[in-house]
Amino acid sequence: MAGIELHSNEGGQALPAWSLPKDAVDRISLPVHWPDRVTREWAWDGAAGAGTRVCILDSGVEADHPTVGGLESAVAISLGDDEEVVVTEDEEGDLSGHGTACAGIVRSLAPECSLSSVRVLGAGFTGTGGVLLAGLRYAVEQGFDVINMSLSTTKKPFASVLHELADSAYFKRTVLVASAHNMPVESYPWRFSSVISVGSHEEPDPFTFFYNPTPPVEFFGRGVNVEVAWLGGRTVTVSGNSFATPHLSGICALIMSKHPELTPFQLKSVLYLTATNVGG
Amino acid sequence: MTNEDFRAAVASGVTGSEDAFRSLLSAIVEVARSIFGAKASSILLLDEDAHELVFEAAVGEGEDSIIGMRFPAGTGIAGWVLATRTPLVIEDVKKDPRFASDVAEDTGYIPSGLMAAPLLNDENALGVLEVLDRPERSQFSLQEMELLGLFANQAAIAVDLLLRARRAKRVLDGDEADLTVVAELAAAMDGLEDRRRTAGFALLRDLAQTLGAR
Repeated sequence: MAGIELHSNEGGQALPAWSLPKDAVDRISLPVHWPDRVTREWAWDGAAGAGTRVCILDSGVEADHPTVGGLESAVAISLGDDEEVVVTEDEEGDLSGHGTACAGIVRSLAPECSLSSVRVLGAGFTGTGGVLLAGLRYAVEQGFDVINMSLSTTKKPFASVLHELADSAYFKRTVLVASAHNMPVESYPWRFSSVISVGSHEEPDPFTFFYNPTPPVEFFGRGVNVEVAWLGGRTVTVSGNSFATPHLSGICALIMSKHPELTPFQLKSVLYLTATNVGG
Repeated sequence: MTNEDFRAAVASGVTGSEDAFRSLLSAIVEVARSIFGAKASSILLLDEDAHELVFEAAVGEGEDSIIGMRFPAGTGIAGWVLATRTPLVIEDVKKDPRFASDVAEDTGYIPSGLMAAPLLNDENALGVLEVLDRPERSQFSLQEMELLGLFANQAAIAVDLLLRARRAKRVLDGDEADLTVVAELAAAMDGLEDRRRTAGFALLRDLAQTLGAR
């Protein structure tokens, strides 16, 4: 935990404090110097995503697609016979095109970020709650800065575990950016407050995004008539909430590369303050 | 033979035939195609046992050969929509060689644009509604996405009924063939008009008494 050191154990190590005595207030050192006014210029001008690791949790990614420009890693998640989690290097790439599209969008916004693929969909498994959970847990354990996910599960038994996982990611400074559903479906984890949920607007500018004060969808990003990378090295035009999500992921990657010390809470605040309908 | 099986048998007798539901699915894809001014529309259902998506209704180009065709459930655009339970719209599909090698090529009709929405019922994703090649003149809008979702919801209700009827029928075709007569009785009663129905019930009550049920 940054900045608060109030007690030492016998070895002289700092222990986190769970309360704040009067004399300790001055010793909280906030890592980020917050400007008088948070602007888009402060937030991401000059940034290209360098040093930020983004994970695409989806159907896989076609690594050699020109728009994707290479992956740091690619794994596939499945469940074995005894429901144990199996993580293998992904040889199959993308079996639908969607993961590639998301990777391409993030790359186009944050060209110097690192992209990785965690595949939880594909022939043989259809993103069951168990696989989604395993995939998300794996991605959180890898310590990615941003995890882009267009998936959810409606199965209630998974909700509480996903909630814990989303919260643990939040406190470990991994930002979860997830697509909201278009329909009033009770599904998870996009509804959790620790997750940045994204729906689609109809504007053409990739940097246009709106803050929505009415839950559960928090932000609207560009998701209509987007030219994206698709299978076979191609480019197609697509629409859907699931394409607005990587726009926000890309913008998060930019902000985090310029201000790597931001906590998810601060990052969300920056997104709010720079939203097109707020200060942006 | 359980209570559940008897209930299923009665349900099977009165909930309508496979043909009636096929007609309903056909009507849905017809309307979907018409409203969007599209060239074709189809409904794919998930065969859970085989883990495949199967074309169950189709209208428009390619409709003749497509019904019954199947492919692995986790693949392609329909597979993605099914797994994620979110709609997706894609244009210039034919530029994707992997799509062409899909079912589309076998039917002789390769669409260039595709809208797909999941058929959701309670917690389950039953299948996918597809609308192919909407007119190129118009840019896609969120309003169309919403309309697509509404159609998919309606289709899902019909599909759910269809699947229940099928499950009920499987009960009869399987171990519980004896129950066919129960289904037939239920269907017969359902089809009677008032006076004959009253007489029918009187007969059944007497039968029940004879059998010691009352």
